[in-house]
Order: sequence, then C-alpha cells, then structure tokens
Amino acid sequence: MAEDLLERPGPSPTSIPKVEMRGIVKRFPGVVANDGVDFTIYAGEIHALLGENGAGKTTLMNILYGIYTPDAGVIRVRGVPVRLRSPRDAIRLGIGMVHQDFRLIEAHTVVENVFLNYDGLGFIPKWSALESRLEEIASNYGWRLDPRARVGDLSPGEKQQVELLKLLVRGADILLLDEPTSVLTPIETKMLFKTMRRMAEEGKSIVLITHKLSEAMSVSDRVTLMRRGKIVLSKPTKEATIEELSTAMVGAQLIGDAGLEERQSAPADGAPTLQLSALSVMGDEGVLAVKDADLTVYRGEIVGVAGVSGNGQTELVEAIAGLRKPVRGRIILNGADVTGASPRRLMELGLTYIPPEGKKWGIVPELSIYENVALRVARYAPYSRLGVINWRKVAEVAEKVVSEFRVDTASIKSRAGSLSGGNVQRLILGRELTTSKPSLLVAAYPTKGLDIAASEQVRRILSKLRSEGVGVLMLSEDLDEILELSDRIVVMYGGRIVGVVGRGEATPELLGVMMSRGVAASASA
Amino acid sequence: MTLESLSFVEAILTSAVSAGTIYLIASVGECVTERAGVINLGIEGIMAMGAVTSFIITLAYGHLAAILTAALVGAVFGLLHAFLSVSLRLNQIVVGLAITWLGLGLSAFMGTPEVARDLLKSLNPAVPEYLAELKQAPRLPEVRVELIAGVPIVGRALFSQNVLVYAGLASALLFWFILFRTRWGLSLRSVGENPALADTAGVNVFAVRYLAVIVGSALAGVAGAYLFIGYQPFWVENLTRSRGFIALSLVILSSWSPLRAIAASFLFGGVESLQFRIPLRGFGAETPQLIMMLPYVITIVTLVLISLASRGRIPAPAALGKPYSREE
Ligand SMILES: Nc1ncnc2c1ncn2[C@@H]1O[C@H](COP(=O)(O)OP(=O)(O)OP(=O)(O)O)[C@@H](O)[C@H]1O
Ligand SMILES: [Mg+2]
Repeated sequence: MAEDLLERPGPSPTSIPKVEMRGIVKRFPGVVANDGVDFTIYAGEIHALLGENGAGKTTLMNILYGIYTPDAGVIRVRGVPVRLRSPRDAIRLGIGMVHQDFRLIEAHTVVENVFLNYDGLGFIPKWSALESRLEEIASNYGWRLDPRARVGDLSPGEKQQVELLKLLVRGADILLLDEPTSVLTPIETKMLFKTMRRMAEEGKSIVLITHKLSEAMSVSDRVTLMRRGKIVLSKPTKEATIEELSTAMVGAQLIGDAGLEERQSAPADGAPTLQLSALSVMGDEGVLAVKDADLTVYRGEIVGVAGVSGNGQTELVEAIAGLRKPVRGRIILNGADVTGASPRRLMELGLTYIPPEGKKWGIVPELSIYENVALRVARYAPYSRLGVINWRKVAEVAEKVVSEFRVDTASIKSRAGSLSGGNVQRLILGRELTTSKPSLLVAAYPTKGLDIAASEQVRRILSKLRSEGVGVLMLSEDLDEILELSDRIVVMYGGRIVGVVGRGEATPELLGVMMSRGVAASASA
Repeated sequence: MTLESLSFVEAILTSAVSAGTIYLIASVGECVTERAGVINLGIEGIMAMGAVTSFIITLAYGHLAAILTAALVGAVFGLLHAFLSVSLRLNQIVVGLAITWLGLGLSAFMGTPEVARDLLKSLNPAVPEYLAELKQAPRLPEVRVELIAGVPIVGRALFSQNVLVYAGLASALLFWFILFRTRWGLSLRSVGENPALADTAGVNVFAVRYLAVIVGSALAGVAGAYLFIGYQPFWVENLTRSRGFIALSLVILSSWSPLRAIAASFLFGGVESLQFRIPLRGFGAETPQLIMMLPYVITIVTLVLISLASRGRIPAPAALGKPYSREE
C-alpha cells in the first residue's frame, strides 16, 4: 500500500513528483472553490501558492490534507493514487499542514502539544527523552525553543515552530503552510524563510500560501497563481515578474495609484479628536504594557503606530476602545473625558474600532451576515423600535454593506463564519462605516491577511475617511503601509512611545532602528 | 504546648482528615471529569445514592460489597450523564442538576424505613429486617498503620483511619499520575482543552468523555459510601447536605489538580469539624444556623479570593462545559 512508500530511502526520482493533483473540483453551497485544479509539488522545492481572498488556496490544501474530500479529481502521492479521508491519512503519507490559525493547546507545554496522540509514545512517555528530541530538531533549524514552555506564553513565531515540530516528528516531508507569514514580524518571517530553505535542501517540499508577492519572489522556486478557483499561472519563480503576477492575480482589475495623489495633500488642520495623557495600561501578564503614553490625534489625519508586535500597541488601542481599563492617565475623546468608559459610550461619542483578527473579535461566525450587521445597529432607530428589531431595515443596510464593500457572498443570509478572511474584514469595515459617522477610527491591523486588492481597498477607505475629516489611528505590521498612509508615525518600544515622526522625515531605516532599539528619532541622526 | 492543647490539635486534624475524605474522593473524581471538559453537577445526587446504597448493601452483604456497589451505582448515573451531555449534547448544567434531583429524590425514597426494609429483605432474607428500620449500619473499622500511626499528631490523623481514607489518598496520587504523566492523561486533558484538535489528532473524544464522566461519578458514589459507613453511619434524608457542591468548588480551589485536592479537602474538612467545636455559647448557641453556614460562606469567600488572585482568569479547562460535535 501507499504507506510502504514512506519507508523508501533517498529522494524520489525527479521524474515522479511528490504530489500530483489533477482536475480537482470542490463545490460549496453557492461557490465552486476549486474548479478543475491541477497542482504539482516536486521534491526539494518551495512552491508559492498565490491568489486573492477566496481564490480557493486554503480549500485546495485542505483537500490535500484530507480535511475535505474533492467532488472530482485524483491525487497521486509519489506516483501512487491515494484517497485521503482524514488528516491522519495525509500524515501517514508524509503530508502535513500548518493552518492559517494555529491549532495548539495553549495550556499545554510544547512537548505535550507536539506529542499528543503520537504513535510510539508508550503508556508512560519518557518526557525527557522526547524533550531532547525536540531540542535536537529545533537546533537543527536554529530555533531557540524551550520544550517545557507553555504554548500560551510563546510568540507567534515560536508557536509556528511548534506547529512545524508536530509535523516533523511525524516524518512529514510535504509541508503545506497556509499564510504562515501573516502572523509574523519581519524578523520572524526571515527566520521562517531560512528554515524553509534548509528544509528544501533536505529534500522536503514546501507549499507557501501568501498574499505578498515580494515574499513569493524572494523565497520560492516555483509560483502558482489561483483566481476564482482556477489556476491561471504556474512557472518557475525565476521566469516570473512581480508586475506579471500582480496583473494575473487581480485579473483586469487595476491596482490604481489614483488614491495616492489625494493622500499627498497636507492634513486638514482639524481639531484634536483624541488626546491621551500619561496613559498607562496593564497587559495580560500583570505588567504594564503601555507606559505614560501621550498622544494627540487630530481630525483629518492618519496616525500610524509602528512597532515590533508585543510592544504595547494592541493594549494601547484596546484601552482607547474601552476594552481595557487604564491604570493611570486620561483619555479625552472630542473634549469629553472617557477614561474607563464603556465601548458603547465611546461608540456613541464618535469612536469606531476595527478589532484585530476580525474572524475572532469582529463577528459572530455562527450568525448570518445580516445578523452580524444587526449586532451593531439593533439598538438604534430606525433599526429597532421599543426594543423590537426591524429586520427589513437591517437587511437593507446589510445589502448596502455587502454591495458597497464588495463582500463576496451568495446572500446576506449566509453564515458570517463561511466568509474568507478578506471578506470578513470587508464586512466589518463596511458594517462600521456604513452605519456610523465616526470622528475617530481606531483600526488594529486592518489589512492583516488581506490580498493586494482588498488591502488597497482598505487603504483607500482609510484615506477617504481622512479627507472627510475623520482622525485615524492605525496599527500595522507592514512598514510600507504605515509609510504610505500615515501623516505622522508613532513608534512604540517596550510600552513607551519612543518617537513621533512626520511623514517627510520617516524612512524604513529610521523606523527600523527605533522599533528595534527604542532610540528616539533625534538620537539616530 | 500543653498536653491538652496537643491532643486538641490532634483531634482537629483527625476529624479534618475524616471529614475531608468525603470531599477528597468526590473532588478527585470531578477533577478527572472536568479535565475532559465535562462538568458534573450531579455529584451531589450521586453521593446521596452512594450513601443510601452503602446503607442497604452493608446490612445485606457487608462493607466491601457496599463500596463496590456504590461505585457501580455512581458509574450508572455517570453513564446516564454522559449519554445526555456527551451524546445528546444537552446542556451540562441542566443535565447535572437533573441528576442531582434524581439522586436526592431516589435516595430519600430508598432510605425510608419501609423501602429500606423491603430492599434488605429481597437482597438477603437472612438479615433481620429491623436493622433497616434502625437506619444504621456498622461503621468501617479503623486500620492503624502501626509504625507511622505512632508519630505524634500527624500520625494519628493520617494513619489511624479507615480503609477508604487511605483509598482516597491513593486515588488522588493515582489520578494525578494518570492525568499528568501518562499518554491517556495527555489525551484526556487535550479533550478538555480543545476537543476538535484532539479529534483531528486521532483521540476518540466521545470515548474519553464517557470514561471521564463515568470514573468521576463512580468516585462520587464511593464518596457517598464513605460519608455513610466511614463517617456518619446513621441514615437521614439529605445526608449529603450540599457536600457534592462543595466538592465541585474545591475542584476550582485545587485548580483541577488531584494533588492539590488533598490539601483543599482536608482544609475544608477542618472547617467543617471546627463548626462542631465552636463553644455552644453566646452568639453561636442561639443561631446555630449561622455556624452551619460556615463551610458555604468559606467556599464563596475562597472562590472570590482565587478569582481575585488569578485576576479573573481561573485556569479552567478551555472547553469545560462545552458539548462537542464533529460538524465543523
Ligand atoms: N467550509 C466552507 N463552507 C462554505 N464555503 C466555503 C468553505 N470554505 C471555503 N468556502 C468558500 O470557498 C471559496 C474559497 O475559499 P478559500 O478559503 O479556499 O479561499 P482562500 O484562497 O484561502 O482565501 P483567503 O486568502 O481569504 O484565505 C470562498 O468563496 C469561500 O467562501
Ligand atoms: Mg485561505
């Protein structure tokens, strides 16, 4: 049987690909997620799989990992036709997947996570032997990972290493990584690419799903591009150009620079909408995550917050959004002291908050799209009267959100949880902005996980709001995005605002230095 | 320290251990159940069933049979709980409370002199019927562990007790070991943290949850047996007096660890026995209800303190109370 093939030593002959998927079709109610897809993976290659939100990348990989059964098509692994009924079948054939969201038990240690239900474990596992085995693999890839650490205490980059370890100890040599860089800092991303290179040298095959063309260009051997469930391009990376890929990715759609000129205009000298004075906020670990932050955001400007993740940015915006009570200092919104005010009161005073990880914090996945819209508006006329919701009005505004923000869905009655990551983000933005006129928009990583076109759309929305006189405070892990959009850039390091740089003075190098060492702008001259 | 105060301490410790064992056996079982993600609010009723079972079976066949039958009855109630909460995915709170009412009602019925007498007669006609009507059964004998029991204070408290006290301590050690040192334990804890992930890793989530509920309930049955034949061998209705619910809160106090459950249980056993030793004078004499409230008040206060100490993040198993279904 197919399992025997695992035992065969040495690399397979190059003529036989490791994986061949032919004519794969997968339909979901209302969409054909994969429409006759051919996909091939060779030994020792890094294969970038590109495509917009909803193109069908995750679906294709889920099929290869045995999570979904295809409606049509064949899969051959090392030349042998296989039927994958569950991830365990896939693992047995050496196929492993790291999902977009980590699948780890936060309360358990690294070694417990890795060896959960591992075959040769024994009734009383020899944990210390297993720990040293992990240390060995980790050091092979240059990771510093404590096998006894609780996974909940690890950084996203380390969690990803744990996910990889789970696959490696089970002998996986075909690794499917679904947007692995979307949760990583630039440094962690570099580290991951180094690991991937090393794995490829060992003969392993890696599929890298990403939206970032530059990543695909820099690390992959081969690129394949999907659009609307079909493969539109597949070639060696050497022969591809960024221009070619970006045109192919979005189709005829133009990635315009139209919005850019508009952005260049000087910020309107508006009144302050948000003022923080000596704001200190406690983090989850019981130490101060934000220390004595002073900041003013004026109407009609975009203030970008830059920093390596974990330096207090999230806690800062959570405090502003009323999700975390500050321990010291004051928050003034449009002249009113709102320190410790509830999210609802903040909303009514003109604040709109776009949470990070929309799928987790921004929607209720079990509810339909229009019910998710209702969550936001149901308290107010005309959407409800005397506590009774007017569903017709809610449906109207939901339709408006879906069409104006191009949420790709069969109907507003679909479950919000069935939307792809990008469409969830569009839904949240659309819901917030269609149903309220904020004076301050606080957006935590609004383009994280979005494809080029969707990110661009979000950026346009933000700069349009700015020109309408809304103050925008934005978190982003993408320095280019911050540089492109912001009128002023705030750099956070160790919980402190270590510098505020105007748009003229900011360069990636300067910000990089400030972010990694916390040196104020003047010191770097 | 005078000899008198020494023996007072010794007496308090001894009764702390013997009262605490009720909590220990029940909360060790509940630790196992909750670590798998199921909360069993039925242990109050299951304890009552264990107690009434041990009352009748002791008279009919003796102590060993009584303990085993109490465990079996507990297991059957556990099976019912698991069927409702794991297979049918009914709300665990509702299922647990229903089982508590069922257990309390059924045990009260079985404990009435007429029913107890008939039961005894049909089980073992050789035993004189009036024994059931007396509502009493012989107490479990003490088993002195000679060498250690001689150690002052602690020796007597821990090693001059009946066999279920030792079994309680042993079960705490055993289940701690299973939970935290074995492959089974890892699978079980994973089911309680993230059943979907455990499922994809190939763990049989349903089997694990069934087993965890049944084991926990069997132990609750034994705790009931101990309550009767090991602690207070005189049957009254409502013998358990919410001890099952206190055991539930002790699980939180011991942060789901059978080892810490030893300390938590004996501490509460101490509180419970102290209430009988507070001089029956002044304040306490006119309002004994206030003193009887002590264990419950202390339970609430401790839970509040734990919650404050952990800044509102009690490290409960992440999937505790959540039914699991395969779809999505
Ligand atoms: N379980 C599901 N049920 C219904 N529809 C689904 C399901 N999974 C995916 N889809 C739909 O299939 C299409 C492809 O989704 P898929 O997740 O594969 O996209 P993707 O390329 O990974 O996008 P993204 O970059 O946003 O992650 C989308 O329209 C999505 O809504
Ligand atoms: Mg995807």
